[in-house]
Amino acid sequence: MTWLDADTDIIFSGALCALACSIPGTLLVLRKMSMMGDAISHTVLPGLAAAFLITQTRAPIPMFIGAAVIGIVTALLVQWVRDLSRTDGGTAMGIVFTALFAVGLVLLRLPAIEHIDLDPSCVLYGAVETSAIDPINVLGVEMPRAALINGVMFAVNLGVLLLLFKEFRISAFDPALATTVGINATLMHYILMTMTAVTAVAAFETVGSILVIAMLIVPPAAAYLLTDRFGVMFVLAGVIGVLSAAGGHVAAIVIPEWLGVGDTVTSGMMAVAAGALFTLAWLVSPRHGVISHLLSRWRLGLRIMREDILGILYREQEQADHPTPSLTTAVEAIVRLRKLRPVIARLALSRLRRRGMVTGTLPQLALTDRGRTEAARLVRSHRLWETYFSHQFPTLPSDHLHAPAEVLEHLTDDALRDRLGQRTNDPSVDPHGRAIPGAASGASIDGS
Amino acid sequence: MSAASIVDASAGSPVSVIGPEHSPTAPVSIHDMTVAYHRKPVLWDVDLDVPQGRLVGIIGPNGAGKSTLIKAALDLVPRVSGEVLIYGKPFRRQRRLVAYVPQRESVDWDFPICAVEVVMMGRYGMMGWCRPVTRAHRRAALQALDRVGMADFADRQISNLSGGQQQRIFLARALAQEARIYFMDEPFASVDAATERAIIAVLTDLKNSGKTVLVVHHDLQTVSQYFDHLIMLNMRVVAHGPTAEVFTPENLARTYGGRLTLLSEAAEALARGGRAV
Repeated sequence: MTWLDADTDIIFSGALCALACSIPGTLLVLRKMSMMGDAISHTVLPGLAAAFLITQTRAPIPMFIGAAVIGIVTALLVQWVRDLSRTDGGTAMGIVFTALFAVGLVLLRLPAIEHIDLDPSCVLYGAVETSAIDPINVLGVEMPRAALINGVMFAVNLGVLLLLFKEFRISAFDPALATTVGINATLMHYILMTMTAVTAVAAFETVGSILVIAMLIVPPAAAYLLTDRFGVMFVLAGVIGVLSAAGGHVAAIVIPEWLGVGDTVTSGMMAVAAGALFTLAWLVSPRHGVISHLLSRWRLGLRIMREDILGILYREQEQADHPTPSLTTAVEAIVRLRKLRPVIARLALSRLRRRGMVTGTLPQLALTDRGRTEAARLVRSHRLWETYFSHQFPTLPSDHLHAPAEVLEHLTDDALRDRLGQRTNDPSVDPHGRAIPGAASGASIDGS
Repeated sequence: MSAASIVDASAGSPVSVIGPEHSPTAPVSIHDMTVAYHRKPVLWDVDLDVPQGRLVGIIGPNGAGKSTLIKAALDLVPRVSGEVLIYGKPFRRQRRLVAYVPQRESVDWDFPICAVEVVMMGRYGMMGWCRPVTRAHRRAALQALDRVGMADFADRQISNLSGGQQQRIFLARALAQEARIYFMDEPFASVDAATERAIIAVLTDLKNSGKTVLVVHHDLQTVSQYFDHLIMLNMRVVAHGPTAEVFTPENLARTYGGRLTLLSEAAEALARGGRAV
């Protein structure tokens, strides 16, 4: 692969476009109005056509005014359709944006417009590749026209965001409160709609009107998974957007070579890259990610297994002190756990050994003093829960007490166990007549 | 035929212990207010003054218009007729005097924001447009958190709080508004007993310092204990006055009575197209 100046220009334009989109995009995601971004990025088309029909130029200013007007019109129409026709917001958007988009496509066929190069396919898919061949001279610096437009758009959006930061925050979180303290949430809504429409126009030369939605929504959605801070979310959305632009262009060069197919479109690959980054965020996010959820479930499973093994050994030793006929021995019980969940059981046993809680191997597994202390805590929780349930539900048969206690013992920390002891008046035996370790009147929890 | 005359014809005038004439110094004064969603009337002809320095309960069955009463008073839903005055002037000129606590479910608790930032929103109205949050406002927000026993949770993301803690954050936000009238929509809904005690203690404090507090409430058992003034609502004001006088079995039956009143039949007819009316 060979790297040209043109490639740098393309990435530069794409990155600025992603940055400009990330600001209204983040607000749309937080207001749960992502599809409004989709709707507006389509309805700017008739806005542009109408602006051209009226002014007969393609100059940026009339185009942006046309977009701003159509953005507000779209938002108003969606509101009206929803209020007047008993449809939900999504349905109203579907009705409004397809109708307006179709009107736009028809307008493009009018003879008055057809001769100018408002090419429908360019409108739909964008033409970021052409940014290098369309340079513009700003204060002696030559830069792609798309980069200039998107750069200015980014600066404007950033300015509006910083100026109205707290207003955007309160009207996104609690519009009713915003309105009562004098920050008009409806006005903020239309400011956001205008910002979205104007940004979509700036962006659609770069990524096309269909893919504006990818730049608007996907990076902020990924950022949402990665942070719990309002301000940080904007920064992350910008970073992820820039990475999507760069990654998308590199992929557009490299992947066709690998597959031996012809060209792919950079703007399309930018959307694919954004989707890939979203998937990555979804996998690795520390709090909301799939991997962290799996890991914490795995850790919980491992802890429950360790605690179950300790409990089995403790109860067997207890029975050795006060012999009663027993159906399964501890060894049998642990062997059965190992058959049921071989990997976790093995890991749990080796962890217990390393922590010095058990010694030996099956069938000569034994609790150390440390292990007995830990096990006594657990058995105390279990039997206090049984006592608690028998107090709360006196008619419950005593063989129904075990199952819930078996679950709750793993979720009971020291503070909860102390409160449980207080509520049950710190009994020395459970409803089955077994000793509760650590009771003030009975054996101490150290097992000594 | 006006809404008012329907009320008079079918249900009689609301029982009011307070006189019918309005006082310009009342914290909240509602005049002949009627509210409708689409074509369906929700509140008919509400006409009452809330006296200053009281803890006022708003009770009534589901769909009685309790939340709507608050929202209409705060211009959050449009009124079909009537007006609401806050210390004698329209709400839009008295915003700084009023704090509002919406129902807890009305916001998204997964929003990326921490507790103290939510509380600071209560002070946005004092800051003015485009002005940044200053350190003094942050201090005030932390003090408000401290008053509801949530100082240790200031930097906690709000989805990591329990329902009761979330409700306390909302109360702290209202305190941070430093208002004279507090409108609270179901602050006791699904909170733990400790939170309920903490909230009622703060509300009683507010009342004792001369503030007026209006609370939408559901638990009839605690009504006499919590509130010294009551608005009993079922699409219209069934009764209104000091709790000791209006919280009677007779008024309760009229508020919560199961059978259709002539009034709600008229409302149904209006919703169907107004022919029967």
